[in-house]
Amino acid sequence: MTDIKERGYARPEVLVSTDWVAQHLSDPNVRIIESNEDPLLYPARHIAGAVEVDWTKDLNDQLRRDYLGKSGFETLMSRIGCTRDTTVVFYGDKNNWWACYAFWVFHLFGHTAAKVMDGGSLKWEKEGRPMTKEVPKYPASKYVAPERDDSRIRAYRNHVLSHVEGKKPLVDVRSPEEYAGTRLHMPDYPNEGALRGGHIPGAASIPWGRAINPDDHTFKTAEELRAIYEKEKGLKKDDDVVVYCRIGERSSHTWFVLTYLLGYPKVRNYDGSWTEWGNLVGVPIEK
Amino acid sequence: MAAIPEKLARLLAMFSGMEDRSERIQLLIDIADRFKRVLVPERIASRPYPKDKLVPGCESQAYVWAEELPDRTLKFYFAVENPQGISAMATSVIFDETLSGAPPEQILQVPKDAIYTIFGNELSMGKSMGLMGILAMVQNYARQQIARTGDPAAGPS
Repeated sequence: MTDIKERGYARPEVLVSTDWVAQHLSDPNVRIIESNEDPLLYPARHIAGAVEVDWTKDLNDQLRRDYLGKSGFETLMSRIGCTRDTTVVFYGDKNNWWACYAFWVFHLFGHTAAKVMDGGSLKWEKEGRPMTKEVPKYPASKYVAPERDDSRIRAYRNHVLSHVEGKKPLVDVRSPEEYAGTRLHMPDYPNEGALRGGHIPGAASIPWGRAINPDDHTFKTAEELRAIYEKEKGLKKDDDVVVYCRIGERSSHTWFVLTYLLGYPKVRNYDGSWTEWGNLVGVPIEK
Repeated sequence: MAAIPEKLARLLAMFSGMEDRSERIQLLIDIADRFKRVLVPERIASRPYPKDKLVPGCESQAYVWAEELPDRTLKFYFAVENPQGISAMATSVIFDETLSGAPPEQILQVPKDAIYTIFGNELSMGKSMGLMGILAMVQNYARQQIARTGDPAAGPS
């Protein structure tokens, strides 16, 4: 894959290579953060010095369906030894799907000194780079967070309904089967079910993984991404776009692509996604 | 109706009583470390593995084989092509250690939610689909074995 700076991204500084991470492992201004779907991965092996941010217990409120609040974020950042000036670098499994989710949640708190390691942990591992089981300990920091700002990059169901009525662009990043409504959820699946199968009216189907090169797990070039999102699906850079999936994690990956790699100024992630919309009384769906 | 295999029942009882998340994770990592013991041997299959052995919906690219033993039970073998498929590896080890050599009728009684008992209810949808797919594949082999050799519980026809 070509050098990140040569891929034509709008904001290339948010993406760093495995080489860059290897060179910054001891940088006191950088905190490497692993965020995975699989909770077994970090304890089994991770990049030396990396801390874990777990999507279930660290990013979500445990009693209401929402993200952590200001004090919870301050506690998290203090635990991993970050200040407002620390540059956080996310990486993880599944082509950085969960890393982008954590990146998005950090942006809700204005922690924009954030990057993603291109190719994620699988690329690092396939390159034969060293990994460890040792969990690092950093001195607790003093971190003062602003109140979470949901207004810019997060969409709620009422916004989405207005979006539908205004015929503005929506992107459904789930699999084609989920989009078509032929696959709803696993039998007996306890967490992410929906009563109805289908998609939000007017949404374009662009599975999140299309942004990734399957051979080395890096992001495609800006030209390749524009071919998918713009030439094939008709999005335009100045569109007001809402992205969604099932619970908002896959769509945060697409939010990252549109916002940082293609430079779209207004993209919001609807984290209620299909688990909310597919169960919501009084809203339309399409199959 | 047959009960589930005793070894698996004991394992599920242990996991269901496990409240400490870190303890569960560490135990599953330790189990996954035994994966080489259940890896499909060359005499059964070699790369590229046939698509009909691939577990549908498993993002760790897990494969399952079954070999008939003299007592008409099955010995299961596995491959997990994604080096990060630790959960799939742990699942493979658990199913080999508890279902290989068990009566096929008992294997069919294993409930799908055994995966949640083992991994906990925090499993994401994608992961649960893959791990349940491994169980479904093992149970398909058991079903085929019963069809081939007859169900002793049904008695003489």
